[in-house]
Amino acid sequence: MHASTGAPAAPREPTIFELSRPGRRAEAQMPPRPTSNAVPESLRRRRRPMLPEVSELQAVRHYTRLSQLNFSIDTHFYPLGSCTMKYNPRGCNQYAMLPEFLARHPLAPESQGQGFLACMYELQEMLKEVTGMRGVSLTPMAGAQGEFAGVAMIRAYHHARGDHARNEIIVPEAAHGTNPATATMCGMKVIEIPVNADGDCDIEALRKVVGPRTAGIMLTNPSTLGVFERGIAHLRALVHDAGGLLYYDGANLNAILGKVRPGDMGFDVIHMNLHKTFSTPHGGGGPGAGAVGVGERLLPYLPIPVVGRDGERYRYLDERDLPASIGRLSGFMGNAGVLLRAYIYMRMVGREGMQRIGEFATLNANYLLARFKQEGFDPAYPHRRATHEFILTMKHAARDLGTTAMDFAKRLLDFGYHAPTTYFPLLVPECLLIEPTETEAKEALDGFVEAMVAIRKEATEDPARLKGAPYTLPVRRLDDVRAAKNLDLTWKPLA
Amino acid sequence: MSHNLPADLRYTKSHEWVRQNPDGTVTIGITDHAQHALGDIVFAETPEVGRELAAGDACAVVESVKAASDVYAPVAGRVVAGNGALGDAPEKINTDPYGDGWLWQLAPADAAALGGLLDAGGYEKVLAESAE
Repeated sequence: MHASTGAPAAPREPTIFELSRPGRRAEAQMPPRPTSNAVPESLRRRRRPMLPEVSELQAVRHYTRLSQLNFSIDTHFYPLGSCTMKYNPRGCNQYAMLPEFLARHPLAPESQGQGFLACMYELQEMLKEVTGMRGVSLTPMAGAQGEFAGVAMIRAYHHARGDHARNEIIVPEAAHGTNPATATMCGMKVIEIPVNADGDCDIEALRKVVGPRTAGIMLTNPSTLGVFERGIAHLRALVHDAGGLLYYDGANLNAILGKVRPGDMGFDVIHMNLHKTFSTPHGGGGPGAGAVGVGERLLPYLPIPVVGRDGERYRYLDERDLPASIGRLSGFMGNAGVLLRAYIYMRMVGREGMQRIGEFATLNANYLLARFKQEGFDPAYPHRRATHEFILTMKHAARDLGTTAMDFAKRLLDFGYHAPTTYFPLLVPECLLIEPTETEAKEALDGFVEAMVAIRKEATEDPARLKGAPYTLPVRRLDDVRAAKNLDLTWKPLA
Repeated sequence: MSHNLPADLRYTKSHEWVRQNPDGTVTIGITDHAQHALGDIVFAETPEVGRELAAGDACAVVESVKAASDVYAPVAGRVVAGNGALGDAPEKINTDPYGDGWLWQLAPADAAALGGLLDAGGYEKVLAESAE
C-alpha cells in the first residue's frame, strides 16, 4: 500500500514575486555596488528592474522548497522512454568541477590547456572505439545539432563528388522525430517508409524508393518502438548499392553499448547523445552533447575543431587541417563541461563496465516487460524482445474504461513515479514508452509494476479517480489546451 | 465502436477525408476518428495556395495537446484555398471535422484519381483492423 495515495496535496509554493515586500534585502547576496561608468548613458535602464525583494532566509527557504518539489532522478524512478534518465555518478561531477577545468579560459593558449585537450582527445578515441568509426568530432552541442552535422556531411560528400541530384533522405516512420526535421533543415526532401507489423523497417518499401536521388537513410536503431532493427544487412546493401550513405541515430546507444558497433554494421555516420548514454545531468532542454562519428568517406568533412596530437602536444585542428570541413558548430569545444563528465564516466566504467551497461539496460527493460506481461498488460510488440525500453499500449483500458494512457501517467505521480513517455511514438495508440535504465534496482522495478497494477484496479473500480489525478502535487491536472493557446510566461504583465 | 463516416466522402488510410465539390475542386480534412485520436487540437497549418502537391506529400500539420501530426495530400493537385478560420479556432477540427474543420481545397491534377481512394465502408474496415 502506498502512503502517497491518500496523502493531502503538497501546498503550493508562492512565486518569489508574491513573497516580495518593498525594501527587503538579502545583503549577503547583493552584488557589490557598481563603481564603473563604463556603460554609456544611452544604454542604461530608465527604470529599476522588476526584481523581488526578499530576505536571505526567505530566498533560501523558497528555493529549497522548490527543489524539494522536483521529480528528479535523485529522488524518483524516472522511466521516461527514449531519454535514458540514468543516475549521474557524483564522482564525474566532482572531477569535472576541478578548479583547473573550471577556470580554464577557452581563449588561453593551447600550451596552457594541454590537460583538457588530452581529455578531449582521449574522449574522441574512446568514442571511435565504442562506435567502430574512423573519426569523431565533439563540437555539436546537442543531439539535434549532431544530426545536423551528420546530414550536412552526407550532403558535402555528394556535392564534392559533383553528385548534386541526391537530395532525398529516407526516414523510417519508427525514427526519432528529429530525423525528418534534420533532413529538412539540411535542404533535403524526406521520404518516409513504413515499418511492418513486427516493428522492423519495411525492406520492400525501401527497395521501391532508393535510387539516384537517394542521399542517405537515417536509421534509429534500436528504433523508437523499443525493438532492434533486424534487417540491417539488407538495408545497408540496398542503400549503399544505390549510392546513398547510412546515418545511425545513436540516441539509443545505451542498448548496444559494448556489444555491437554501428561502424561494423556498415554505417557511415553516427551521432551520439553523450548526455544520455554517458550519464551527464540532462533534461528540461539541456545541456547536451551530440558528438558525431564518421567512417572513412566522411572524414574530411568533420565539423571543427577536432583535437589532434602532434607527438606529445595536443592541439585544435581547424580549417587549415580540415579544409573540407562543414564548418564550426560551436564557439569553442562544444559543451565542454558535459564532454568532461562523459569522459570521466567512460574512464570510470571502462570497457567491461560499458558491456555491463548494455547488458543491464536491456535486462532491466526485459525484466520489466516480462513482469508487465505477467500482470496482463499489453506490450505493443508482444513477440519481440525489449531493447533498453519497450512500449505498453493502454488502448484496451481506453476503450473499455475510458481511462487513457495520460490518466495512468498522471496517477503515477501520486504514487511517487515520474511518468513514462506518453503518446510517443505516434505509431502505437495510447502508448507508454518505458525505459528503466541499468541503474535501477530490482525493487524499484517491482514497485513500479505494483503501482501500475494498483492504478489499473482503480481504473476498473473508479475511473473518475484517475481522471482527477494527480492529487498529491501542488499543481493538479493542467488544462493542456489553455496552456498551449494562452501562453502565460510572466508573473504579471510587464507595464 | 461506431464511427461517424459520411457516405458521400472518400477516405485514405492515413485518416484524411475528401469531398468532391460541384466546381471540380475537392475539400480535404481529417476524419472524426483522427480528431478523436489526436485529442484537443491547438494548432493547424495548411499548405500555401498555389502549391503543387503530389499524392502522399506531407503538406499540412495538425497539432494537439498530445502530438503534432502531418496531414498528407490524398491526391495530386494544386492548392486553391486553405481554411484561414483555423488560425484562431483550430478546435473547429474537433467540433466539426467534416464541416467547419476542413483544412484545404485542391484542384486535382486527375479527377479519376479520386476513384482510387477508400469509400466509407473501406475506411471503416481499416479502422476495424487497427483496433484489432
